[in-house]
This record gives sequence, structure tokens and C-alpha cells, in this order.
Amino acid sequence: MNFPPVLSIMIFLPLICAIMVAMVRGEKGDEAIVEKNVKHLSLFSSLFVLAFGIFTYQNYDATITDFQFVENYEWLASLGINYHLGIDGISLYFVMLSVFLTPICILASWTSVKKRVKEYMIAFLVLESFMIGTFVALDSILFYVFFEAVLIPMFLIIGIWGGARRVYASYKFFLYTLFGSVLLLLGLLTLFSQVGTTDIPSLIANPVDAGLQKWVWLAFFVSFAVKMPMWPVHTWLPDAHVEAPTAGSVVLAGVLLKMGGYGFLRFSLPMLPDASIYFAPLVMWLSVIAIIYTSLVALVQEDMKKLIAYSSVAHMGFVTLGIFSFTQQGLDGAVFQMISHGVISAALFLCVGVVYNRLHTRDISRYGGLVNNMPIYATMFMIFMLASVGLPGTSGFIGEFLSLLGAFQANILIATFATTGVIFGAAYMLLLYRRVVFGPQGNKDAAQMSDLDSIEKAILAPLVILVIYLGVFPNTVLEKVTPATSQIVFVYQDRNVPDDMVENSDGIIEVETQDASVSE
Amino acid sequence: MELLAVFSPLFAFLIAILFGKQIGDKGVQFITCAAVIIAAFASVVLFFNVILTPNMVDGAYVTVLTSWISSGGFDVEWALRIDQLSVVMMCVVNIVSACVHIYSVGYMSHDPHKARFMAYLSLFTFAMLMLVTANNLLQLFFGWEGVGVASYLLIGFWNHKHSANAAAQKAFIVNRVGDFGLALGIMAVFFVFGTIDFTQIFSNAEQYSQKTINFLGYEYHALTVICLLLFVGAVGKSAQLGLHTWLPDAMEGPTPVSALIHAATMVTAGVFLVARFSPLFEYAPTASMVVTVFGATTAFVAATIGMTQFDIKRVIAYSTMSQLGYMFFALGVSAYSAAIFHLMTHAFFKALLFLGAGSVIHAMSDEQDMRNMGGIWKKIPFTYAMMWIGSLALAGVWPFAGYFSKDIVLEAAWADHSWFGSYAYWMGIAAALMTAFYSWRLIIMTFHGKPRASEDVISHVHESPSIMIMPLVVLSLGAIFSGSLFYGGFVGSSSVDHGVDHAKAIVDAGVKHGNINIDDNIDISEKSGIHKREETMVNLWSKEYFWHEAIYVLPENDTVDAAHSAPFWVKKLPLAVGLLGIFLAYIVYMVKPGTSLIIVSVFKPLHILFFNKWFFDSIYNYIFVRNSFTLGHAFSRSDKNLIDKIGPDGIAGFSERFSGNLSKFQTGYVYQYALVMIIALISIVSWFVFKADPSFYMPDDMLLDVELPSHVNSNIGGGSL
Repeated sequence: MNFPPVLSIMIFLPLICAIMVAMVRGEKGDEAIVEKNVKHLSLFSSLFVLAFGIFTYQNYDATITDFQFVENYEWLASLGINYHLGIDGISLYFVMLSVFLTPICILASWTSVKKRVKEYMIAFLVLESFMIGTFVALDSILFYVFFEAVLIPMFLIIGIWGGARRVYASYKFFLYTLFGSVLLLLGLLTLFSQVGTTDIPSLIANPVDAGLQKWVWLAFFVSFAVKMPMWPVHTWLPDAHVEAPTAGSVVLAGVLLKMGGYGFLRFSLPMLPDASIYFAPLVMWLSVIAIIYTSLVALVQEDMKKLIAYSSVAHMGFVTLGIFSFTQQGLDGAVFQMISHGVISAALFLCVGVVYNRLHTRDISRYGGLVNNMPIYATMFMIFMLASVGLPGTSGFIGEFLSLLGAFQANILIATFATTGVIFGAAYMLLLYRRVVFGPQGNKDAAQMSDLDSIEKAILAPLVILVIYLGVFPNTVLEKVTPATSQIVFVYQDRNVPDDMVENSDGIIEVETQDASVSE
Repeated sequence: MELLAVFSPLFAFLIAILFGKQIGDKGVQFITCAAVIIAAFASVVLFFNVILTPNMVDGAYVTVLTSWISSGGFDVEWALRIDQLSVVMMCVVNIVSACVHIYSVGYMSHDPHKARFMAYLSLFTFAMLMLVTANNLLQLFFGWEGVGVASYLLIGFWNHKHSANAAAQKAFIVNRVGDFGLALGIMAVFFVFGTIDFTQIFSNAEQYSQKTINFLGYEYHALTVICLLLFVGAVGKSAQLGLHTWLPDAMEGPTPVSALIHAATMVTAGVFLVARFSPLFEYAPTASMVVTVFGATTAFVAATIGMTQFDIKRVIAYSTMSQLGYMFFALGVSAYSAAIFHLMTHAFFKALLFLGAGSVIHAMSDEQDMRNMGGIWKKIPFTYAMMWIGSLALAGVWPFAGYFSKDIVLEAAWADHSWFGSYAYWMGIAAALMTAFYSWRLIIMTFHGKPRASEDVISHVHESPSIMIMPLVVLSLGAIFSGSLFYGGFVGSSSVDHGVDHAKAIVDAGVKHGNINIDDNIDISEKSGIHKREETMVNLWSKEYFWHEAIYVLPENDTVDAAHSAPFWVKKLPLAVGLLGIFLAYIVYMVKPGTSLIIVSVFKPLHILFFNKWFFDSIYNYIFVRNSFTLGHAFSRSDKNLIDKIGPDGIAGFSERFSGNLSKFQTGYVYQYALVMIIALISIVSWFVFKADPSFYMPDDMLLDVELPSHVNSNIGGGSL
């Protein structure tokens, strides 16, 4: 056991802080003071958690491939369910993303959230706790609890602090993800009944037979595909983003979408290798469809948030493409793409939030010529836009390229189609930027908006630095990710990579071997 | 030294962006100009270093800065590769960039955002330098995209103009189509070679020359596939036919940008890429053939369009496209050194022409249409002279630079003795005729005849300030002398007078001695070294010695060597048609100014085709742009009407209707409830009596028995009756 138990601290600290925030009270008439105290306390709490996150990051040993900071206590002894926590190179970065984005979310809501501030902050702190829990849990039931619990604060954030159609959006969000959850639980219980444990490392070590794998895989797939989201179960995302408050969108795009990819990497791939190989072509084609389809849809959007939401689906397509290539570059690329997308999409939603706070519309045509009155905003938006397009030198490029490189080794045709995404991606982002930032100042009210204030600068500046730093020195991330992903790749190495890659490369993965038992 | 040459523009860019407010416009202008001038000097020093001591390990000095990406076997470094090819490019880039920087101080003096402009220029220069000094494909791609972004920013610099924004976006997206090919090419290289490091790729090229790639069940020659994919990238960046439509529109940017990016440097990146990959193209003859045909056709088509345009900058832009076509067909016939030679001379004279045109536009109060010019040569004699020098070089008149480079390119095409080589030669000759024609059409329409501009504009016509004239002088020196001066080194053959082996032996001896001299300080050996060097000077100044390993040509493909022994008419025809073109333009536009209208009306269909740029834009708009938006709208609707209808909305609607129906049972009448209860009771009892089955009680593992769903279903189905 480690001391201090940082992972538990990171899970429970936000919860404790949330309770403290709940207890902040004041006399009638002191609402302003209460609100101020609540904000400061929440910010301080999230920064405190961030400090623990940095501590964990600093002490993470990249040379060890096993799980680190492990905590393992009996929890529900009768069922053999343990309170088992630990992180590897993959989960480390998702935890970092969670602890990094939460203070940004709180700051982003500093002035824009006006009603029920206390409850809002509580929701975010609880959300942070659950997000971290999801990524550090090493027991499948514990994971499931956190994975599902995340929905509750998010549902509330959209449903209470959202826009006009917030109720529709939050129900849609809930319906989709709940549907996935039921199947996920079913899959987990099946594995439990077969292997006799809910412990993730043990489940990885003892794969079930190939026939059963496929059913479990499908159950997992529905759940994770909804979370990603993959085409065609993506339609909840645009609505959820459009209606969510800015910070809600940030955390939704920044962290929640990554749970699907994380699920594939933690459950589907290592636990169900045969089924994963069997279904890989399906996933890759769905990814390609997602990339092209949603890019084209993004091209015609009139709503800024909807456009970025659709672009998220396209970017997540690269993630699933990389994951199901089963190559080192593909997996590294997928993880990197998720981290990078977490930063970039968060930043883009913040950029939308900046102008939304001023003009209270997301309609692209209501803006234009912002470069004249908001030069700093224009510059930062430009950097994020180019990062989203995947410009080399920004983090967006590394993930996209590595994923495609992995996919190319698995299936050239799919990689070729997927690469067209770089053209479409440029098309819709440039069009958005041009219509919002360039051009004549057609709208009087848009022309009078003020440039970034100090809070907005403080939020966006670290993201700018991160986007460029990760693009120029991606190895700081990759050196920790690679040991973890290579564990997964190792399982697949003798299964699917042809002996002579040049000679047999059309990438159709043979799977006919072990599905005789399934059909009946 | 290489760090200074590459990173000083980046340094200037960062200073300008971060501290632009503090140091002011003057400060930014000073820092950016100074940085690029320093970089230019550094690259000239590097040039001489490399040329004088060419025996490097693996053919290049590689300075590794740090690791960039490492994932599995995919290891990429930030590194600077200094060899003959990169120093030539660095010199061209930095010298032209320095000229343009200085020129811009004058040209943009009335613009409120001049600091931003200078910063972008420096950013561009840095990206271009990263491109040419890359030691692996991914860093090249970094530079490649970097120059693309800088170009995007600079084309759209006047961002209040709708047309400028549209042009910038178009440039970026059309280039992305090329990048799509380049990116796939990089992946294919990694797939085949297992590395994207230049040194390793090139040393393994021959070994992999028989490899194949299986795609959709067919076997394709691996190197051909790679080369064609890389060439797609080159087509986009270098505005070859098919992906050229962005270049004319890019003229929306300020004129210095056109000179630097869209004439001298960025658009030649594709040429550089193919020359850099000469070791691969040499083993992919099919790819080389495609390159030749594309280049030759581009040279011809662009020239035809250039003859009909009226915007002074667009004429020069089409001329650039046409000249790039020359470079490409030179590459295609393995005359890589000739292509780079033409690239260099072209950089000087085309930048000169653009900056000269900028000077004209400046003088004419931002008028770009040649129909509104004329009769101003006496008012701006210096600019007029510069335009003459540039045009003479472009038309290939002795002794200007273009004469040497264009001739060797055409001779090499002829010397290839293949159908596409001959095709390229004759297309090139035809384009040379048109080049000379539209160049003098431009000069005559702009400077001669009656003034067609308004009185007001004419009265304001003035010569540019000296800060804009100085760079023109530098470039004009390049346009005049760079051809004759570097002919021997770039394309001169050592095998004409001596045997190849003999020459190489002497060269090697000279090099060895040269090195010994540097290491030791003994007088005698130094003297003998100098002596040896003087003796072999003639041979040293030849392409074998100059390029060393930077450009790889199979002996049987050496068309540049063969070009030197081309027949007399092949060598002199380009000059003859050039002079003819000038003469024709003189007749049509000077002697009988109405002739052009007659020609247009006689060849009406052809003129319509040329004037509308062969309808590329219209066709692309119709096929790609419109359909993308149509599809986008269709998909957007299907999200709402198909996926949501079946998915969440459908389920919600169903459960609403279902519960609505269900609630109808709640009638409130006790007798109805009683009836239902009785029926249910009877059903359950009869079930137990007649069909009692132990498996009705759910077995422990039934929930998990997913392998047998039919069994589970049949049980439930039976029970619900």
C-alpha cells in the first residue's frame, strides 16, 4: 500500500469539499457573500486536487509497466468485490485531464452562472470525484459505479443550468447512456460468473473463451460506443453540448467522451482479444463513416457549439480507428488524440463561451470581424482552430497522425478514407473561423464586444501553452503511455500482424478460427 | 551556424508576437529584418562550408536537436540536415526573404498592421527553413504545413476583404488535398521501410526497389506508390495542374507575399520534395513519367491562361505555375540538378518581377488591372528597367539567368529520348514562346501606349522609395548573373572533357588534400593542396562534385550529362522562340494595338477556354464544393429524421404511446378489474396444472446464460400467455 493514498484522496477530497460548500450559509441578504465564498472555496478545492494530481504525476515511474499507487481493500467481501485502485500510463493522463479541467470549468463559470451557484459548484466537485474514480478503479464493479455515477451530476448540469431545450437534451443524453449502461453491467456480470472475480487485472489475465467473448464484447461496445460517441449513436452529443452551459460542454468534451475510449482500452481490448479482432473491421468502418459523415455535417452547421460537437465525433473517430488497429502507433495515437482533444475541444468550447457570454447567441452569422475588436481572442482562437485542424507543431497533429499511421498498417483502404478527414476538418474549422473572426463587421453589437478579460486570459493561456508544448514535445506524454499500451499490443502481436507486412497488407484480419462454438 | 540560419527568424517572430506592443512597429520591423539578414549570411557561410568540404558522413551534417515522437518503432527527431541540396535552398529562401522583408518595410508603410505582417513573414521563413533542413519526412511535413499556415495568414492578411478570406481558405483547403497524399505517402514509407529517416530510407532504396504493396487484392510496386503519393503533395503545394486553382486567387495577398511565398519559395517546396527523394524516384520510372507529363502539361496550360489575363499579378502567377511545370518535367526526366538550378534562377527573377509589379501597383494607387495602366514608363524608369531585367530572364534571353536554366531543362527533356521527354520538350518550347509573348504583353500594356488611368492616378505616379529599390537591385543581380555563375556547379558536366572516372579521381584527391590542409598546419602540404586544387578547379565546378550525394541519379538516367551533347537546334530553339515571342508581342501590342482583338475574335472558343482558366474552378465548385454542402445538409437531416426517429425519440414516443394505451385499462370500473383478475388467476392456475416445468423457476445462472438466448426466450414466451 502506498502512503499517502493519493488516489483515494483525489476521489474523496472533492466530495468532502462539496459537503463543505454545501454547508456555506448566510443570513438573508447575504447571498452575494455566500456566492463569493462558495466560488472561492470551490476553486481552492479544485486547485488542491490539482496539486495532488501533479504530485501523482511527478511520482509516477515511467519505467514500471504495472499499475502504480495501488490501493486494495476488501469492500463487499461476500461477493469478492474489492476497493481496488491503481493507475497506469493510460489512466494517469485521464486523471490529469480531469483535475486540470475542473478548476478551469469553475473559473469559466465565475461570472456566467447566476442562479443556484452553490448547487452548481457542488455538482462540479462531485463530478470531478466520480471522473477520477472512473479512471483509477481497478475493480470492474467499482468502475461501473463511478462510470454510471458520472451521469448524475452531468444530467443535472445540463438539465438545470442548460439552455432552452435543456430538458430534451438531458433526457436524450440520459436515455442513450443508460441504454449502454444496462448492457455494460450485463457484460461485467457475465465475466464475473465465468471468471469468478471482478478484479480488472485478474480479468485481463484470464480471458474467457472466444465464443462468449463476442457477446460480452457487443455488450461493452454498445456502452462505450455511446460514450465515445461513435456513429450512429452520436446524436445525443450535439444536443447535449448545445444546451449545456459552457463549463458543462468543457467537461463533457474534455473528459466524459474519453470514458468510452478508456473503456475500450481497459476492458474490450485486453479482456476480449479474440472478439476485438473479430469486430475490428466493423469498428474501423464505423470510425471512417463517423469521420466523413460528421465532418460534412459540421460543414453546414449554423450553431457554433453544434459545429464543434460534430467535430468531436469526427476526432473521436480517429481514436477508435487507432485503438482497433492494434498497433503501437495506433494505440499511442488514440490515447494522445484523446488527451489532445480533451484540451483542444475544451478550449474551443471556452472560446465559444467567451462570445456567448457577451452576445448570448451561438448563431455563427450573428458574429463576424471579431479580429478588429478582439485581437487577443482572435489569436488564441486561431491557435486552437489550427490545433483542431491537426497542424503539425500542435497536439492535434500527433494523435491524428499516429492513429492514422496505426490504421494504415492494419488496413490501407480504411486509412485512405480516414485521411480525407484532414481535408474536411480544415474545411469546417476554417469556415467557422472565417465567419466568426474575419470579414467585415456586419453586426453592430458584435463589433462592440470587448476583448478577453483577465479571468478569460487566465483560463485560455495555459491551454495555449499545453497545446503547443504537447505538439512539440509529445514524448513527455508518450514515454509514460507507451509502456502501458505496449502491454496491450503485446497480446495482439502474434495474432494479427502478418509476417511480411509488405506482402500481406490489405489488412483484412482473418478471424474464422475460433467462432465455431458461437453460432448455436 | 545552422541553428543561427534556421532559428533566428523564429526568434524574431516570437519577439514580434509576444512583445510587439512594447517594442513598437519600428522595433518589430528592425528585429525581423535583422534576423533574416543574419540568417541569410549564416546560410551563405554554410553554403561555402558544405561546397568546400563535401565528404560528409552519410552525405550530410545532421544536427539532432531533440527527440520529437517515439512510439514503438516509430522514432522521429527534430534535426537539421545540412547537405548540398538544403544549403542551396536555405540560401535561396533566406536571401529572397531578406529582400522581401526590407521591401515590405516600404511597401506596407501605410498599413496599420505592419508589425503583424512582418511577424508572419518571419514565421513563414522559419517554417520554410524547417522544411528544407528536415532529416525526416515528418519534420518536412511540419515545415510543409507551417508554410501553408503562414501562406493562409498572409493571403488573408487584409481580412476585411471578403475575397481575401475566401482565397486564403481556398489555398489552405486545396493544399490540404495535396497534404492528404503526402500524409499517406509518409505512412506508406513507414510501412515499407520501417522508418521515415532520410538517411536510412535513401540507403535502403535500392534494396527495397522490388517490394510490392498489396491493396485491394492487387500488388503494386511499393516505390511507385510512395513516389506518386508524395507527388500528390507536391502537386498541391507547387500548384501543378489539378490542384493549381488556389495560386491565382492567392494574389489577393499583399504583393511582397506573392513574391516570397507564391513565386520564390513555398511553391517550389514540391520541387524540393521530389529532388530530395531522387533516390526513390530513380527506382520508380512510372512515377517519374507521371511527374513529367504533369509538369509539361502544366507548363503549357498555365502559359495559355497567362496570355489572356488582365490582372498584372495574375499574369505573373500563371507564369509561376508554368515555370514550376518546367521544373517538374525536369525532375521527371531525372534532371534533378537542372530543376533545382531553374528553381534558383526562377526565385530571383520571379521575385524581382513580383516586387516590380508591386512597385507599379504602389505607384498606380493600388490599381492591378493592366487595362487601366499604360504610358508610365518615363515616370518610373527604375521599376521599368527592373521589369525588363526580370522579363528577359524569364523569357530566357542570353545572358540572363533564365537562359541557362531553361535551356538545360529543355535539353535534358529532349535528351531523355522517351515519348514523355519529347512531349515535355515540345510543350516546353510552346510554353517558352507564350512566356515571352505574355511577358512583353505585360510590359507593353503596363508601361507603354497611352495612359488609360484617370488623371488623378496618373498625377500621383511616383518612383518607389529607396528602401523598396534596394532589394530590387539585389534580386536583379541574381536575375542577371545567377545563371552564368552557377551553371557549371549546378549542371555542368565533368565528363565532357574528361572521363567520369578520371574526373572523380581528381576530385577525390583534391578533397582529401583539402581536408588534410585544414587539419594540419604544415606549410608544404598546404601549398601542395592549393596547387592541386587550382589544377582541378575546372573539374571541381561540375555537378558531380557540387551535388555529391545530395542528388542521386542512376548512371543510365543522367539526362543532364546527355543534354550537353544535344544537337545545336535543340539547344538554340528555346532562345529562338523566346525572341519570336517578344517580337510577336511587339507587333500585336505596340505596332498595331488593335490586333489582339482580331486574334481574340478569330479564335473565340479557344480564348473563352483560356480566359476562363480551362473552367477548373467552375468544375470543382460544381462537383466538390456544392456536393459537400448538399451531403452535409442531407446527413444533418438524417441525424434528426432517421437516427433520432428510430433511436431516442422513437423509444420515447413508443413508451409514451404504450403507457397511454396502458392507462386506458384504468377505467375505474370494479367489474372490469375483477374480470381481468379472474382471467389472470385462471391462466396462472392452468399453467401450473398443465405445463408445470421445473425450469420455470429461473436457474441461478440463467441471467448469464447469454449463449442460449433462444432457450430463455421460449421460456418467457410460454409464461406470458
